[in-house]
Amino acid sequence: MGSTSSTLLKIPNVEVLMQETGFSPAHIIRLHDRFKALDKKGRGHLCPQDFGAIKELAMNPIGDRIIGAFFSPGKETVDFHTFVKILAHFRPVDKNRPKEPNSPEPINSRSNKLRFAFQLYDQDKDGKISRDELLKVLRAMLGMQVTEEQLESIADRTIQEADLDRDDAISFEEFRKVSPEILHSRCFIKAPVIMLMERDC
Amino acid sequence: MASSVYLCLLRAVFLVCFVNPLIQGLSGDANVVQNPHHELEENLTGLPIVTFKWHHVQTPYLVIIWVFVAGLAKLSVIELNHHVTSVIPESGLLIILGFILGGIVWGAGKAQTFKLLPPTFFYYLLPQIILDASYFMPNKLFFSNLGAILIYAIFGTCWNAATVGLSLWGCYEAGAMGNLDIGLLQFLLFGSLIAAVDPVAVIAVFEEVHVNEVLFILVFGESLLNDGVTVVLYNVFDAFVALGGPKIDAAEIFKGIFSFVVVAFGGSFLGVVFAILLSLLTRCTKHIQIIEAGFVFVVGYLAYLTAEMLSLSAILSITFCGICCQKYVNANMDEKSVTTVRHAMKVLANGSETMIFVFLGVTAIDTEIWVWNTGFILLTLLFVFIYRIIGVFLLTWMLNKFRLVPIEVIDQVVMSYGGLRGAVAYGLAAMLDEDKIPEKNLMISTTLIVVYFTVILQGLTMKPLVQWLKVKRAAHSDLKLIEKLNNRAFDHILAAVEDICGRIGDNWWTRGWNRFEENYISWLLMKPKARRNRDYLFSIFHKLNLEDAVNYVSEGERQGSLGFIRSDEAANVDFKKQFDSEFTDVMPDIMVDMSNYELEIENVSVTSIVKDTIPSVSLDIHGHDRKNAVDDINAHHLLQQHLYRSRKNHRHKYSRSHFSINQSEDEVQEIFQRTMRSRLESFKSAKMGVNPAKKITKHHKKELTHKMANGHPDGTGHLYGDEVDSAVGSETGAIRGTFMRDMYTVGAGIENPVFLPDMDSPTHSSLPWLMETEAVAPSQRAQRRLPWTPNRLRRLAPMRISTCSTDSFLMADLEEHEEQPQTDHEEM
Repeated sequence: MGSTSSTLLKIPNVEVLMQETGFSPAHIIRLHDRFKALDKKGRGHLCPQDFGAIKELAMNPIGDRIIGAFFSPGKETVDFHTFVKILAHFRPVDKNRPKEPNSPEPINSRSNKLRFAFQLYDQDKDGKISRDELLKVLRAMLGMQVTEEQLESIADRTIQEADLDRDDAISFEEFRKVSPEILHSRCFIKAPVIMLMERDC
Repeated sequence: MASSVYLCLLRAVFLVCFVNPLIQGLSGDANVVQNPHHELEENLTGLPIVTFKWHHVQTPYLVIIWVFVAGLAKLSVIELNHHVTSVIPESGLLIILGFILGGIVWGAGKAQTFKLLPPTFFYYLLPQIILDASYFMPNKLFFSNLGAILIYAIFGTCWNAATVGLSLWGCYEAGAMGNLDIGLLQFLLFGSLIAAVDPVAVIAVFEEVHVNEVLFILVFGESLLNDGVTVVLYNVFDAFVALGGPKIDAAEIFKGIFSFVVVAFGGSFLGVVFAILLSLLTRCTKHIQIIEAGFVFVVGYLAYLTAEMLSLSAILSITFCGICCQKYVNANMDEKSVTTVRHAMKVLANGSETMIFVFLGVTAIDTEIWVWNTGFILLTLLFVFIYRIIGVFLLTWMLNKFRLVPIEVIDQVVMSYGGLRGAVAYGLAAMLDEDKIPEKNLMISTTLIVVYFTVILQGLTMKPLVQWLKVKRAAHSDLKLIEKLNNRAFDHILAAVEDICGRIGDNWWTRGWNRFEENYISWLLMKPKARRNRDYLFSIFHKLNLEDAVNYVSEGERQGSLGFIRSDEAANVDFKKQFDSEFTDVMPDIMVDMSNYELEIENVSVTSIVKDTIPSVSLDIHGHDRKNAVDDINAHHLLQQHLYRSRKNHRHKYSRSHFSINQSEDEVQEIFQRTMRSRLESFKSAKMGVNPAKKITKHHKKELTHKMANGHPDGTGHLYGDEVDSAVGSETGAIRGTFMRDMYTVGAGIENPVFLPDMDSPTHSSLPWLMETEAVAPSQRAQRRLPWTPNRLRRLAPMRISTCSTDSFLMADLEEHEEQPQTDHEEM
C-alpha cells in the first residue's frame, strides 16, 4: 500500500512507539485505523464511552475493568500512544529477542502481563487483592450460578491458596507465584489478536 | 466400598456380556461345542450323583480362563516392571508374555487353537477402549487442537497409506521381493491397513512417558481418529480390490472419495446423535440411579454397532459419542454413578487392552501364518518408519504456518517416533479375504512384525529418546482454584482485547460457542438442578473441599486416632491461642497496653470455664500421648449417653437398588429434635456472655440440609455426623448469641471439631469479655469474615500438629515462636 508511510508520518513519535512496544509498522497502522474507528467524534483520544460502544465488550463480565485499565487514574481520556502501549501487553513474548542486560523490560514480558491481569483485580490500586476485590470479580464472572455464600467461600479458599504471608490478601508477588508457567503459555503466548493481525498484514 | 461392590458387579456384567462370545472367535475349533446331551444319554445306567459336564461350560469357561490369565499376566507384568525398572513398556512385556503363553499352548497341542480373530477384536475388545479414551478426553484441549488433530488424522493417514503402498509397489516392480501375486491395489490396501497409528499402543507408551499436554493430545487425538480413518480407507480399497483393477475409472475413484467422506463424517455425526440421546436419557434417570451408569456403556456400544450396521465408521461414532456426552452425562448423573462409570470404564478398557496385547503375542506362535519374504517385510518396516517421519514433518510444517503456538522440532521427532502400530492393523489384516488377496498370510505376518517392531522396540526406546531430547514434560501441578480463576479471567481479558482491536479471532468463536452452549444445549441436555450449580469454578472448589476432608480424616487415622479426643489441656491451648492471635492480629497496640491484664483474665477465667463445664472435645492428633484413662472413660460415657441409638429392627440389611441402608426421615427428625432439646437445656443452664450473631456454620448447614432434602440416601455411617451438623446448625439458628464453648455442656452431644468452625480459625471467635468494651470487640474485619466453612481444613491439620503437647501456660510466652512452625507446615 502506498499510503503506509504517509499514515505512519501522521502519527507523532511513531519510531519511539514502535521501539517501545515492538509492533511493526503494519501493526501500528492497523491499530491506528481501529483507534480512529473507535474515536467516532474524531477528537484524537478515546473516552470510556467510546469503549462502551463496543457491543461485545459491554457483555463481557469484566469488560468495565478492562476498559478501566486503559485509563490511568484521574484521566478521562486515552490517546493513541497509551492505547498501543496497553495493547502491547498482549503481544506474544519474543523468544528470540537477544537478552540485553541494560534494556528495560519489554512491555510484553511475563511479569508485565501478569501485572496487567493483577491490576484488573486490584481496583483500589493498593498493590493487594483483598477479599472484597476478589469477591467482586468472582461475582462478576460466576454471576447467578452460585449463591453468595458459595462465592464467599470460594474467595476464602482462593486467597488461602495464594496467600503466603497470611495477610488475607494477595500481593503481586504471591499472584505471580501461583500463576504457573503453563497458564502463561496457554493464555498469553497465544494472544490471538495481535498474531492474527500479523497474518493479516 | 459401595463403588467397589458395584465394580465387581460390572466386572461380572463385562465378562458375561462382552467377552462371552470371545472364545468363539478365539477358539479355532468352534465345532467342539457339540450337543452335550448326546454323551450323557448313552452312559446313563443309574442316577449319577455328580457328573463332569465340561461341554456345558466349555465356551464361557475358556473365556473366563483367558480373561483370568490375561489379568494375571498384567499383574505379573506390573509387579515385574517395578524390578526390571520401568524400562520396558507394559504393552511390550505383555506381548512377550503372550509369546510364552502361545508357546505353551502350541507345545501342548502342536497347533494354535487360540488366536485373535477380527470379529472378536472389533466387536468385543475395541469398543470399550475407544469409549474409554474418548470419554476421558480432555475436551478443551482436544477441541482447541482439533484442526491439527484432524489434519494429522486424515491427511497423515492418507499420506501414509498412499506412500507406503506406492513405494512397496514400486519396489515390487523393480524386483526387490521376488515373485509375489500382488497388484497395485492390493499394495494400496495393505498400505491403508498399516497406516493407522494405534491408540492402544500409543496411549500405553505415552502415558508412561508423561510428555507435555499439547504433544500428548496431538498424538492421542490423532491415533484415536486415524483408526476410524484407516478403517474407512481400508474399506474403500477393499471395495476397489473386489471391483477389480480394470473396472476402476474416474467415476469410481470419485465415488470412493465421496464414500470416504460420507462414512467418516456420517459416523461422527451418528456419534453426536447418540451422545445427545445419552445425555437426554441421563436427564431422567433420577429414580433408577442404580443402573444409570450402565446406560453410558450400553448407548456407547449401541452407537458403535449402529454405525457398523449402517456401514459408517464405528470407531469415529463411538469416539464422538464419548467426547460429546461426557460433560452432560457427568453433570446429570449422581456423583456415585459418575465414579462408577469412571472405574468401570477403566476396568473394561484396561482389561481388553491387556487381552489384546497378550493375544497379539499368542497369535504369533503359529506356524501356519508365517510366510517370510525378506524384501517385503524389511521394506515395509523401512517405509512405515520413514514415511511417518516425512508425513509428520511435512504436515507440521504446513500447520505451523497457521498455528499460534508452533509445534517444535523435538515434538515432531517424538510424534513421528510415536507412530506405533497395533491391534487395529492386525485386525484389519486378519480380515483380508484370501480369495481376493492370495498373499494374505504374508500381509498378516508383515503386519505382526511391524506391530512387534514398533510396540516393543520403539516403545522401549521411547522413554530414553524423550529424556535424551529433553522433550518438554508435563508440568505436574496441583489443582488450584486460583489458577482456574485466573484462566477464566484471562479468557475474558483476551476476548475483550479482541473486541477492542476489532478482530474476530479464536476467542470470539470460543465465546460464541460457549454462549450458545450455555443457553441452548445445556438447557436441553442437562438437568435443571445440574445446570444451576455446574459452574466450573464451583465444582473445582467442591472437589478440593472433598479432597481435603478425606485427607484430613485419613491423616488423622494414620496418626493412630481420629483425633477426636477430649482433653482439657488441648482445649485450653487452642482457646488461648485463638485469643492471643486474634489480638495480635486485630489490635496490636491494644495488645501491648493490656497484655498483662488479658493474660491474667485468660489464665484464670478461661481455664475455669473450661474446667467447670464439660471440656471441649478438641482435635489433637497427638493428644493420645497424654490422654489418661479417666478421659477415656469419660468419653465413652459421653458417647453412650448421647449418641443416637439406632433402631435396628426395621432395617433391611440388603436392598436391591440402594447401597445405603439409611435411617428413615423420622429418625433424622428425631435426632434433630433431641439435639434441639438438649441445646435448649444447656442454653438455659448456661447464660454467659452475649455473642454477636454468628452465621458461621450456616453455609455448611445449608449444604447439608439441601443434600438431605434431595432425598439422596447417602447418609451411610453419618449417624452422628448428622447429629452434629444439625446441632451446630440449630445452634446458630435458634440459640445464637451464646458463648460457643459453653454450649457444649452435658447433653450437647458429640462435638466434631471438623464441624466446629471456631476451632479452625483463630480470628473470629469472640469471647464474652471482649464484648463488654467496644474497643476490644472483634474488628469489622473479623466480623466480615465470619462465614468460615470447613474450607479451612487444609490449614487445620498442620496447625494442630504443631500445637500439640504444649502446655497451656507456656503458650503465652511461646506465642511468637509458635507462629513459625505453623507457617513452615503450611509451605510444606
